[in-house]
Amino acid sequence: MTTTQYRVIGSRPVRHDGADKVTGKAIYTADTKLPGMLAGFVLRSPHAHARVVSIDTSQAEAMPGVHAVITGADFPNVEDKVADLGEGSVNLSYLSSNCMAQQKVLYRGHAVAAVAATDVHIAEEAAKKIQVEYEVLESVTWVLDAMKEDAPLLHDDLVTDSMGAKAEQPSNVPVHLHFEKGDAAAAFEEADLIVEREFRTATVHQGYIEPHAVVADYNEDGRLRIWTATQGSFTCRQQTAEVLQIPLGNVLVTPCEIGGGFGGKITVYLEPTAALLSKKSGRPVRIAMTRADVFEASGPTPGSFMRVKLGAKSDGTITAGEAWLAYDAGAYPGGMIGPGCMCVFSCYDIEHAVVDGYDVCLNKPKTSAYRAPGATQVAFATEQLVDELAQKLGMCELEIREKNAVKEGSRRVDGPVYPPIGLLECLDALKQSDHWNTPLSGPNRGRGIAAGFWFGCGLKSSAACTVNSDGTINLLEGSTDIGGSRTSIAMQLAEVLGLEAEDINPQVGDTDTAGYTDVTGGSRVTFATGMAAYEAGRDLQQQMRTLAADLWDCSADDISVGEDGSFSAGGKTVGFKELAVELFAAGEHLVGRATVSPECPTNGFGAQIADVEVDPETGKVTVLRYTTIQDAGKAIHPSYVEGQLQGGTVQGIGWALNEEYFYQDDDTMANASFLDYRMPTMLDVPMIDTIIVETGNPDHPYGVRGVGETPIVPPPAALANAIYNATDTRMTELPMSPPKLWKAMQANQTSE
Amino acid sequence: MATVFIPAQLRELSGGLQSVELEARNVRDAVEQLDVMFPGLKERICTDGNISPSLQVSIDSVITSRGMIAKIQPHSEVHFIPAIGGG
Repeated sequence: MTTTQYRVIGSRPVRHDGADKVTGKAIYTADTKLPGMLAGFVLRSPHAHARVVSIDTSQAEAMPGVHAVITGADFPNVEDKVADLGEGSVNLSYLSSNCMAQQKVLYRGHAVAAVAATDVHIAEEAAKKIQVEYEVLESVTWVLDAMKEDAPLLHDDLVTDSMGAKAEQPSNVPVHLHFEKGDAAAAFEEADLIVEREFRTATVHQGYIEPHAVVADYNEDGRLRIWTATQGSFTCRQQTAEVLQIPLGNVLVTPCEIGGGFGGKITVYLEPTAALLSKKSGRPVRIAMTRADVFEASGPTPGSFMRVKLGAKSDGTITAGEAWLAYDAGAYPGGMIGPGCMCVFSCYDIEHAVVDGYDVCLNKPKTSAYRAPGATQVAFATEQLVDELAQKLGMCELEIREKNAVKEGSRRVDGPVYPPIGLLECLDALKQSDHWNTPLSGPNRGRGIAAGFWFGCGLKSSAACTVNSDGTINLLEGSTDIGGSRTSIAMQLAEVLGLEAEDINPQVGDTDTAGYTDVTGGSRVTFATGMAAYEAGRDLQQQMRTLAADLWDCSADDISVGEDGSFSAGGKTVGFKELAVELFAAGEHLVGRATVSPECPTNGFGAQIADVEVDPETGKVTVLRYTTIQDAGKAIHPSYVEGQLQGGTVQGIGWALNEEYFYQDDDTMANASFLDYRMPTMLDVPMIDTIIVETGNPDHPYGVRGVGETPIVPPPAALANAIYNATDTRMTELPMSPPKLWKAMQANQTSE
Repeated sequence: MATVFIPAQLRELSGGLQSVELEARNVRDAVEQLDVMFPGLKERICTDGNISPSLQVSIDSVITSRGMIAKIQPHSEVHFIPAIGGG
C-alpha cells in the first residue's frame, strides 16, 4: 500500500473546467459556428443488408439552398491497408466504407449519401429527394447464425485468419484466436468438480450524452480544419487524412469539450464526410448525429455467445478452464474478441486453460470499444461459474476468490506474468467493508460479488508548461478531457513543482499546438499524460537550476531541488514561484516539456458487492446497495476516481438489467431512442459506495494505475450472483430484464 | 538465454513445442531464429517485415511499441499476443 504523503495529490481541488461546464459556457462541437457555415445531413440505409444498385442525386442538387451532395463515389479509393492508430489498428478500406457505403449497405443506418445546405431542414428535405435503388439481401444479427456455413455473407472476400493462416472459403468470421496454457484436457479429467454453462449477452451502446458532431472547413489551399467530439485528436487527424488520402500535415483537429465517449469516440464517422461536403461547397459544414443515428450508426459493444467451463479440486483450487467465445464485430472485422479471450480467466490463477475466440461480422453497426472492451461479457460468465463452484463445494464465494486470485507472478492464459497487482488487496478491502459485514435479510433478497480486470496501457503522451511572470504555469497537453483529467494532470505538475493546483492553468491543445498524444482511452490519461506533466516539471527544474546558478553565482550542481519543489544552495532556499519571478525579471523565460511512452500495462483490478431485491410478480430487480472497490494505485484526485468508479458501475448495472438492442424481423433496430433503450437513471440506482485501494504502481512516479474501465466489468456478474442468491435462479443471458428474469424464475419453479 | 513462447496457434509449426530458449538481441533477431527453427513462422506473425498490426510483443510483461527493434535481455520472456484497445 502507498503511504507517501503529498501536498496536492490526494486532495480535491475544484476542477479547472468546472465553472465553464456548470454555467454552459464550455464550447462543445455543436456550439461551434463559423461564418458562412452550412448544415450537413446524412442519408442512411433503411435496410440491414442490401446492394446499392444506383443513386440519383439530381433532384437534391437542384433544390434551392443545397450547396453540395456527396455519395460513396466522392470518397477516394482506399487501399486494403491496416493503419496503426496508436491504440489498436484499423483497415482503412473498412473505415472508409463505414463512413460512406460503397457497393453495399451492411446495417440499418449505414451512410449512403450526404447533403450540405443553408440549414439542416433543407438538407434533410434534399436528402429525401435522393433516389437510392437497393437490392435487399438476406441479413443476420445473431452471432451463431452468422457463423453458419449458409449464413448470408457480408464480405465476399473475407476469410478467417488464424494467426496468419488463411481459410480457403469466405465466411463472416475474420479472426479465430486460440490460447493454451498447460494441459486443460488432462486437468479436467483430474478435477473433482466441473461446472459449465452457456451465456449470451446483448448488444449495448456506450450511451454518451453528446451525439457525434463535427465542423469541417476545407480551405482552397488544401488545409482542412476540423472541430470535433473525439477521444483522440491525433488519431482523428490520422484517420481523416488516410480516408481522404491527403497529407496528414494538412489536417488540423481541434478537440472540443466532449460529452462522454467511453471508447465510442475513437473511430471517425462524420469527419471525412463533413470535409468532403466542405470541399465541394467551399463553405464550412457542420454535421451532428441524432440520437437514432448514434444508436444505429455508431459503435455499440459486442453481443456475444460464450461457453465457459471450470474445473476445481475439492479444496476449491481452480485447476482447469475452458472458454469458447464468439463476439459480434458488427459490419466490419475488428471487434473485441482479443481482450475477451485474454480477460476470461484474468482474475484467477488457473494452471491449465484453453480459450478459443471468434470475431464475427453481422448486420449491425461496426462495434467499437466500450470501457474495458470485451471484458464485461466474459466476467458475466466466469464470475458466475466461480460462485457456482463455491456453492457446490460449500465454500464462501469470497473465500474461493481469495484462494484463486492472481497475484504477482501469476501467468495469464495468453502468456505474460503479472507484475505487482492489487486483486487480493481489493478482496481484502471487500472483506473488511461495512457492506460485506452488514447482514442482508428479507424475502427475495440476495447479495452477490464479482471481481474484474482491465489491462490499462501507457502509449504516447506529451506536455509543455510555460512559466508566467508571476510564477504560475500554463500547461498544454493533448488528452481530450472526459473525466476531469485536465485537473488530475495539473495536480501532478503542481506536486512536483511545489505549487497549488490553482497555480496551473491546464489547456487541451489541438494537433498543431500540443505534442503528439494518443487517445483518451485504455485508462491511460492520468497515468501517462500525468507522467508527461511530471517529466515536464522535472525539465523545468533542470533549466531553472542552470539559470539560477548564474543568478546565485554558483554551479548548477550546487543547487538541489527539494521534495517540496524548492531550490537550495549555500544555505539559501527559495520556492518555485519566487525563483521563477526572479528569473523572469532577469530576462529569462521558461518552457518545460516532455514526451513519454510508458509501455507497461497498469493492471487495474476491482471487486464489487451488490444487494438486490427481486419482485417475484414481475421479475423487476431493485438494487438495494452497491459497493465498488478498486485498486487505483494512487488516487490523484479521489473525487474523480470515485466518479469513475460510480459511472462505470452504473453503466454496468444498465448493461446487466435493462440495456439491449431490440431487432425486428427485418434486422433493423426497434428501440433507437432513449425512450425505448433503457439506461439507468438516478431513480434506478442507489448511491454507489466506493472504496479506493492504493497499492502503488511502481511504473509511475506517484504510483498511478488507470481506473476508468475496470468498474464496468463486475456489475452484470455481481448482480447475477445476487439474483441467484435471491431467487435460486441462475441467469445466463443479458440483460436480466424483468420479462427474462420472470420467465426464468417460472421455468425454475416448474423444473423443481 | 531468453525464453520465447510460441503462440498456441503456431505450435503446429513447432511440433507442439510451447517455448524455446535462444540468444537474441532484439525481436527481429528472435523472429529470424524462430523462422529458421520453424519455417513459416515469420510469415504468420509479420506483415511487410514488421510485426503484424493485429499483434503486439510482450517482453517481460511490458508491451513494447518498438516492434522488431525492441531489445531482448538475456533472461527476458517474450510473447506474441493480440493487440488490444481500451475504451
